[in-house]
Amino acid sequence: MIPIMRAYAGRLLPQLIALTAIVIAISMVFPGFLNLQIQNGRLYGSMIDILNRGAPVVLLAIGMTVVIATKGIDLSVGAVMAICGAVAASLITSGHSLAETLLATLAVGIICGLWNGVLVAVLDIQPIIATLVLMVAGRGIAQLITEGTILTFNDPGLIFIGSGSFAGLPMPIVIWLVFSLIVALLVRRTALGMLVEAIGINRQASTLSGVLTPVLLVAAYVLSGLCAATAGIIAAADIRGADANNAGLWLELDAILAVVVGGTSLLGGRFSIAASVLGAVIIQAINTGILLSGFPPEFNLIIKAAIIIFILVLQSPRFRTGVSFLSIPKAAGKPTEREAK
Amino acid sequence: MKIVKALASATILAACTFGSASAAELVVGFSQIGSESGWRAAETTLTKQQAEERGIDLKFADAQQKQENQIKAIRSFIAQGVNAILLAPVVATGWDEVLEEAKDAEIPVILLDRTVDASDNLYLTAVTSDLVHEGSVAGKWLVDTVAGKPCNVVELQGTTGSSPAIDRKKGFEQALSGNDNLKIVRSQTGDFTRTKGKEVMESFLKAEDGGKNICALYAHNDDMAVGAIQAIKEAGLKPGKDILVVSIDAVPDIFQAMAAGEANATVELTPNMAGPAFDALAAFLKDGKEPPKWIQTESKLYTQADDPMKVYEEKKGLGY
Repeated sequence: MIPIMRAYAGRLLPQLIALTAIVIAISMVFPGFLNLQIQNGRLYGSMIDILNRGAPVVLLAIGMTVVIATKGIDLSVGAVMAICGAVAASLITSGHSLAETLLATLAVGIICGLWNGVLVAVLDIQPIIATLVLMVAGRGIAQLITEGTILTFNDPGLIFIGSGSFAGLPMPIVIWLVFSLIVALLVRRTALGMLVEAIGINRQASTLSGVLTPVLLVAAYVLSGLCAATAGIIAAADIRGADANNAGLWLELDAILAVVVGGTSLLGGRFSIAASVLGAVIIQAINTGILLSGFPPEFNLIIKAAIIIFILVLQSPRFRTGVSFLSIPKAAGKPTEREAK
Repeated sequence: MKIVKALASATILAACTFGSASAAELVVGFSQIGSESGWRAAETTLTKQQAEERGIDLKFADAQQKQENQIKAIRSFIAQGVNAILLAPVVATGWDEVLEEAKDAEIPVILLDRTVDASDNLYLTAVTSDLVHEGSVAGKWLVDTVAGKPCNVVELQGTTGSSPAIDRKKGFEQALSGNDNLKIVRSQTGDFTRTKGKEVMESFLKAEDGGKNICALYAHNDDMAVGAIQAIKEAGLKPGKDILVVSIDAVPDIFQAMAAGEANATVELTPNMAGPAFDALAAFLKDGKEPPKWIQTESKLYTQADDPMKVYEEKKGLGY
């Protein structure tokens, strides 16, 4: 067990270091950052805000990780969020029950994923183009559903998903914790993860060695669609309305960034769900940190970019070998884990 | 001066001939940007209503946020020989050529809610709101309401660099200047959206001692205010009482919040830009009276005392 834990910690080390550094930096700028208290029966504080606000990107990043591991990419997730938010809001306002609304919304997410998956796996269209179709069209579909307005609702059940709490944690956090645990177990306790990695490394070779490539590819995009649907429900429930113009806008880029910050290569192959989740939390920690710091908003994007470049440089194999060469001469000869692969 | 007069009379002549040739009623082409926001949908609805009330035959063209579509629409209006063109320009630049064409065809063009970077003799007039004035109306309300008591204000800005964000900030600061009891302690962008409004307000509340330090919120639009109100409630405070809420736009949802006592005031960005435009056009076509180059729409202040539920019912059907 311990070697596994150590291997896991080793894989997540750069992300954990980055997150710790950011948390320390924020608490230096804003001393009350680490305060946690119980309010209205739930934990309340900036740290909780990060996990709560990060929920949509964490969920998108989970699906995105599996898609990227197949050497694909899913640009449509932001638009799928908008569609699903709109579907959920319009169903609940037209008098459907909460269960029907949720099931129908998740089904819409799955259909969106199927569409992407079929374009990629069956018609063999490049993922970036195939998913671009839905990225562009999706927001239009969402606007058609809401008729260009912000569709508000007052259903307590749906609102609970956005701002309720379970065991002291806000619902969005509970949802993404459960979701990431299920997906991680599914890919790591079965051979699915390895097969996905095989497809990402060499699709043709995997097909020739008997992997059901098209099915797994479609499944990866369906998972991504399902994650986006869940994120869309959370985003809509949070503001008690579906905003087709802005829900999930540019979040596909944040999700891809989260995967990259998590150290998964865009070229496919090895992936880690836990690292991507950490990546998404890092991004949200930066966002929240900037908001708390009180800098003028003109600096927001510059600060974010600078921190992210710093993290990516830390992860760069060249930088790592360079540092280990300088500091520990005897380790320089040993190939790092990444190169050994 | 002579040339201007000659031109003007020529325009009237042309207008008269067109008017008598087609029918007694005016034909006006309206090139709308598209459906980018609820406000714009309401503007379209109101423009159609206003045209109907005046017996104007409105030809409507939706440009789907593309300038090329708007230019095409204007050219087709010119070809159809309309009496006038209303244009809500999607961008400020690149209009000179098509406006020249309209001028050559002696069709007056009226700009709605946005202006263009073109010589002002290419259009009859521009009907827009004054963004700086909107900010200062909101600021003045706050100054009057707190009446000299010390008050820390947090500000939710619009999208960084956009003209409403810059101007509404400027107007608000102008209204506050000289009142040392009011201090803007935090100012961040909420990108004009509910989600970001809520997220940023959450961080303001944490940063200012759980919100105990904040006496008022100024949001550059109502949507951010609606998001922020939820954040204030979730932090266990009473929006509208513990923290005063003032915002701009006057969309229906803020009136619901005002009726519930959760928002205090909003400044209207009226979607009825067509009304003043049609009035100016009618005067111009009737006796050649050139309107001023800029017609400023009213920035009306609504508070909880203005029967918010009634305004909500009125505004609900406009397509916001």
